[in-house]
Amino acid sequence: MRRGYRNHTLWAAYLLHRLSGVALALFLPVHFWVLSYALNQPEHLDGFLRWSEMGIVKTAEFGLVFLLAAHLFGGLRLMALEWLPWTSGQKTAAAGAVAASTLIAGVFLMRAI
Amino acid sequence: MKLGLYMAQRISALIMVPLVLLHIGVMIYAIQGGLSAAEILGRTKGSILWFAVYGTFVAAVSVHGAIGLRTVLSEWLGLRGGALNAAAWAIFALLLVLGMLAVHGVTAR
Repeated sequence: MRRGYRNHTLWAAYLLHRLSGVALALFLPVHFWVLSYALNQPEHLDGFLRWSEMGIVKTAEFGLVFLLAAHLFGGLRLMALEWLPWTSGQKTAAAGAVAASTLIAGVFLMRAI
Repeated sequence: MKLGLYMAQRISALIMVPLVLLHIGVMIYAIQGGLSAAEILGRTKGSILWFAVYGTFVAAVSVHGAIGLRTVLSEWLGLRGGALNAAAWAIFALLLVLGMLAVHGVTAR
């Protein structure tokens, strides 16, 4: 049974914020581990960077940039909601955050391919 | 304690706002034409500024990621008490150590 509140736009915003946060936290150890090769084994890093030239990896990077931007803009909306005087238009703000994130990730992808 | 975690989560988030924007900017700038170790190291090696920027970023994200996942582990997996705090500290330590190794890897001479 689908609970009613889950039909609300801002529940989707909550879910996006949580899932993007979890995904970014899982990605970070891998990201750090690869970069830590830079000093002592740059050929390892270059091997990885060549691998990242594949289309499927670029698509995954597009997803990661989108998740990072969405977590940033969604988080800013959340902090504004908590700390600043109440403003209506929260659904518009959440949609704007997704739109801005899509734009940023799209610009990244266009430069990457 | 709960208030402390709440504030640490918000303060680490605010610290990261300009850093994430910078990181996205650098990614968009650097990705064109592909990446190489030489290109990345040419930008970062021996730079006190990049060390400070990425060092701050790693410290803030370690706090933020640990508290965020602590909430998820509590709400979605039902972890409580000592196990929950131990998991959060372990996540914090893992992110901090791996992150600082990465910062050292790209900025040390």
